[in-house]
Amino acid sequence: MTLVNQATQPVLDIRGLTVRLPARADRENAIEGVSFSVLPHEILCVVGESGSGKSVTAHSVMGLLPPKQLTATAGQVLLQGDDLLKKTPDEMRALRGARMSMIFQEPMTALNPLMSIGDQIEEILKIHTDMNARERMARVVEVMDAVKMPEPERLIHSYPHQLSGGQRQRVMIAGALALEPVLLIADEPTTALDVTTQSQILKLIKDIQRTHGTAVLFITHDFGVVAEIADRVVVMQHGLVVEQGEAKSVLTNPQHPYTQMLISSVPSMTPPMRPATAEAPVVLETQELCKTYSDRSLFRATRETRAAHNVDLTVRRGETLGVVGESGSGKSTLARCIVRLINPTSGQIQIDGHDIAGLSESRLRENRRLVQIIFQDPYRSLNPRRTVGASIIEGPMNFGVDKAEALTRARDLMKLVDLDPGSLDRFPHQFSGGQRQRICIARALAMKPEVLIADEAVSALDVSVQAQVLELLDDVRKRFNLAILFITHDLRVAAQVCDRIAVMYKGEIVEHGIAAEVFGAPGHEYTQALFDAAPGRDFEFGNFAAA
Amino acid sequence: MLAFIAKRMLATIPVLGVVALFVFLMLRLSPGDPASIIAGDYASPSDIERIREQLGLNASIPVQFGKWIWTLAHGDLGISIFTNLPVTKLIAQRVEPTLMLSLTTLVFAVLIAVPLGVIAAWKAGTWIDRTIMILAVAGFSIPVFVLGYILIFQFSLELRWLPVQGYTSPFVDFWKFTRHITLPTVTLSVIYIALITRITRASVIEVLEEDYIRTARAKGQSERIVLLRHALKNAAVPIVTVIGLGVALLIGGVVITESVFNIPGLGRLVVDAILKRDYPIIQGLILVFSMVYVMVNLVVDIIYTIVDPRIRY
Amino acid sequence: MSAITERTGLGFRSRMTNLRRSLLAQHPTMVIGGSMLIVMTACAIFAPWLFTGDPITFNPIDRLKSPGDTFWFGTDMFGRDIYSRTIYGTRISLVIGLSAAVLSVAFGLVIGLAAGYVRILDAILMRVMDGLMAIPGILLAIALVSLSGASLLTVTIAITIPEIPRVVRLVRAIVLSVREEPYVEAAVAAGTRLPLILIRHILPNTIPPLIVQATYVCASAMLTEALLGFLGVGTPPEIPSWGNIMAEGRTYFQLAPWIIFFPGAALALTVLAVNVLGDGLRDTLDPRIAKKM
Repeated sequence: MTLVNQATQPVLDIRGLTVRLPARADRENAIEGVSFSVLPHEILCVVGESGSGKSVTAHSVMGLLPPKQLTATAGQVLLQGDDLLKKTPDEMRALRGARMSMIFQEPMTALNPLMSIGDQIEEILKIHTDMNARERMARVVEVMDAVKMPEPERLIHSYPHQLSGGQRQRVMIAGALALEPVLLIADEPTTALDVTTQSQILKLIKDIQRTHGTAVLFITHDFGVVAEIADRVVVMQHGLVVEQGEAKSVLTNPQHPYTQMLISSVPSMTPPMRPATAEAPVVLETQELCKTYSDRSLFRATRETRAAHNVDLTVRRGETLGVVGESGSGKSTLARCIVRLINPTSGQIQIDGHDIAGLSESRLRENRRLVQIIFQDPYRSLNPRRTVGASIIEGPMNFGVDKAEALTRARDLMKLVDLDPGSLDRFPHQFSGGQRQRICIARALAMKPEVLIADEAVSALDVSVQAQVLELLDDVRKRFNLAILFITHDLRVAAQVCDRIAVMYKGEIVEHGIAAEVFGAPGHEYTQALFDAAPGRDFEFGNFAAA
Repeated sequence: MLAFIAKRMLATIPVLGVVALFVFLMLRLSPGDPASIIAGDYASPSDIERIREQLGLNASIPVQFGKWIWTLAHGDLGISIFTNLPVTKLIAQRVEPTLMLSLTTLVFAVLIAVPLGVIAAWKAGTWIDRTIMILAVAGFSIPVFVLGYILIFQFSLELRWLPVQGYTSPFVDFWKFTRHITLPTVTLSVIYIALITRITRASVIEVLEEDYIRTARAKGQSERIVLLRHALKNAAVPIVTVIGLGVALLIGGVVITESVFNIPGLGRLVVDAILKRDYPIIQGLILVFSMVYVMVNLVVDIIYTIVDPRIRY
Repeated sequence: MSAITERTGLGFRSRMTNLRRSLLAQHPTMVIGGSMLIVMTACAIFAPWLFTGDPITFNPIDRLKSPGDTFWFGTDMFGRDIYSRTIYGTRISLVIGLSAAVLSVAFGLVIGLAAGYVRILDAILMRVMDGLMAIPGILLAIALVSLSGASLLTVTIAITIPEIPRVVRLVRAIVLSVREEPYVEAAVAAGTRLPLILIRHILPNTIPPLIVQATYVCASAMLTEALLGFLGVGTPPEIPSWGNIMAEGRTYFQLAPWIIFFPGAALALTVLAVNVLGDGLRDTLDPRIAKKM
């Protein structure tokens, strides 16, 4: 009897949970009437875009909402039948870390930089158990081993900064599992990690969930991750649950229009057919481009870091070349060298056949018009103190275009990027992230460039906005016959917009070729590993009849 | 570790070099003839000549500088013009009271300010926090010497609890030392307390917003330990930095406090030297004080490496 | 077009009303500090009409009178009215505080921009600033004044110099972080020349923190000025300043404590007002720095 009961009674049951936002927020409640449950032995993914309230939901379960700012005003949060909203702060403290635990997005900042990782895991045992020092140490080593940390006895003495991102997240998981909680809440635990690390951590969470039978509440914005690990899915939008169900059925047959829109916005891993551009003239070519950072010091040998090494690439008119790689692969260094925001150590950068790699700042200036760049963070890409109009006309006016003409061009470009031309006298903070990225595109186009570099230009955007900006980029490429160098860590995005792909690893291009060929049959082993690691790679999104 | 300390010590050399250059140029670049400025309005030409000779002002400026640095490197700060005693000797005679006053102030200020700052951060936004912060601003604003006189007036003249002025060495009579040092310590501490309280509050509040504080709470850690073990320890680096930088403030304060309380320390020495324009003493003391400042901040740097494993040496 | 101007015009007006309302509600300290300063400034400007007598001429018959109906703040050992002297002293304090603030910010801004943007200058300038910072400010000021002779100008310069390194460091830190901002890099990529980059994109970021810093310099300068006066190396004795009023009262402290207390209180209040105003400005203009202070 009890066995049956335990199998069916949810570990976590949220009923009609409403959390109020502070006064003067853009809406009354952060989440409203949220109801779902997490069953034993299952991974429930809560998925939604930024501002959907998914994190607030997770934090209210843990009782970690910032006091006074966010308060639960209605509903129940039942952990194995106990209403957590009725607990005193002390009772909640006794539950946190013991019966339910949580891991976070950024493992670097989530660990105390001044405490050894052994001490940080041990802290949980100190708080909740009366084990003696030796028992605690044994348990710490045991859980470190369980999360597959190499040499746990030695690593317990190291500090967070000495570990890799993946290892740090393993430490967080080890701590979270130390007391065998019934519920593990994972708030975007792999978002800050590289794709290969991400796949290892996802595998670990799945393994642990299987072997320990822990129920997992997994918060994510990434449908690839959902496809990879979810048993069931809850979709949230603007603080409301819009759809929930078995992972497979939600992903293949979404019912709610919002879910349909979200899933159809997820780019496919299979590149579409694209017209060949092989005959078009080469606009951008780098030859043996190198950027080496050297760290000189009086007391030791000079340390050299080869951020980019012997990079050869060409981009033709009307073509998009994707440069993919993980963090630290040198892809952003490459972009910044080509725009000459940093000076390359050696090699050539030919724009329209002219080498600009070694030009002095004054000689370089006349060539600056030809290469424009769009950055990742839309919130920092526009000067907050200047109107967007002033930002757009700044470049053309540097090159002698008079103000009236520059403004006319700016208005046309605003129309082109689908924004109101009358809003040129507004300030950046009056626009959303996606709109700002459009303004940045307009600003780049105002220069009438030949080459456009998009450095992770859609990585900070929600998936639905991302799709629109990608569409816009492809549209302007065709319209102006631009050469686009598209830097990204996101393989799905790369698959969709790039004609050719170059894969960067440790500062070098290890493979490049036609997108369909690279994705179809990756040659280099790193490329293979990278593609294998992509979450939900076997899952074809958008294969349903959109409403 | 030793290499790190050696490296940091080497890095202090250019700073001290710049200080020496400043001190040297200050006299040479001041308008008018330095010797007659130092000699004062009633000096005879022979006095002026004697001073010029003594300061070596007849040689060319680079030669003067070279000579001066050479003597400095041998630990020689020159000869006082009025007492004809070596400046190093004068400093050695006066160093104890200043050292004692600085130490008592440092200890007293840290003991008061850090807890105050932590409490203010913990109760941020409440009336407790606001009261502490208002007191801190007030502490910043009250001139040290005015405060000194108010305290003397209240506790020495009106209540007659403590001696008005003077100093007794703790090695001679510890009880008398305590009675003498109390008011100067309190006077000098106020601005330092205000400074440390503000930075402690600000750093602790900042650290409390960090992710690892949320992690500690997610582990079920109690608020008290979150505050003391996780937050305060991480806030230590900026606090220690300000304590180090504040030494400049402390040194300035010592000069004034010693004048108000008639303590025969380095502060009095420098004030007397200024009134008599005894330049070798002034320049020697500026060098010594700057050196102390640089050394204290060197110690602060070394403390960082102990507190924070991320700092590589 | 006219519709747009009208809209923004309205927006501006309502923004100003909001600002005023929020000022009072959220930053009462700033309003208090500001008002106190306005009163002090009025005292300085209208000193001759504020029931003051002659602050300078000796009047031996009235020496060392305690505060009362005739002499509100008492008299000093030369029979001069402390009230009149204190009111006139406001002038020196405010003038020096304000000039030191303006001068140190102006020099600090130029040096800081140079250090932040020109790599070769950076190493040299910052070594010099480190050295300057190592010299205790008060000692430096005292030494400078005692060597160059006390006048309003030399005192101001002597007080300003030790304040410069802090401003330089602040400006340099801002420049170094802002120049990495994508919007600055976008401007570079768009071919904007260095002077325009500095003026358009970098300089505006330094202004709010510099306004705040200026108030702190002002407060500290007023304290240092009084201190120089107190030690007998400040502004010449013929101009009454709070520092030299108190200096003259030192010898008579046990007999006539009011000679020190009244100008001391005036000084403390003024400095408090400036500091409070500075804290308020910091909270409104620069919430990020506010957290760090």
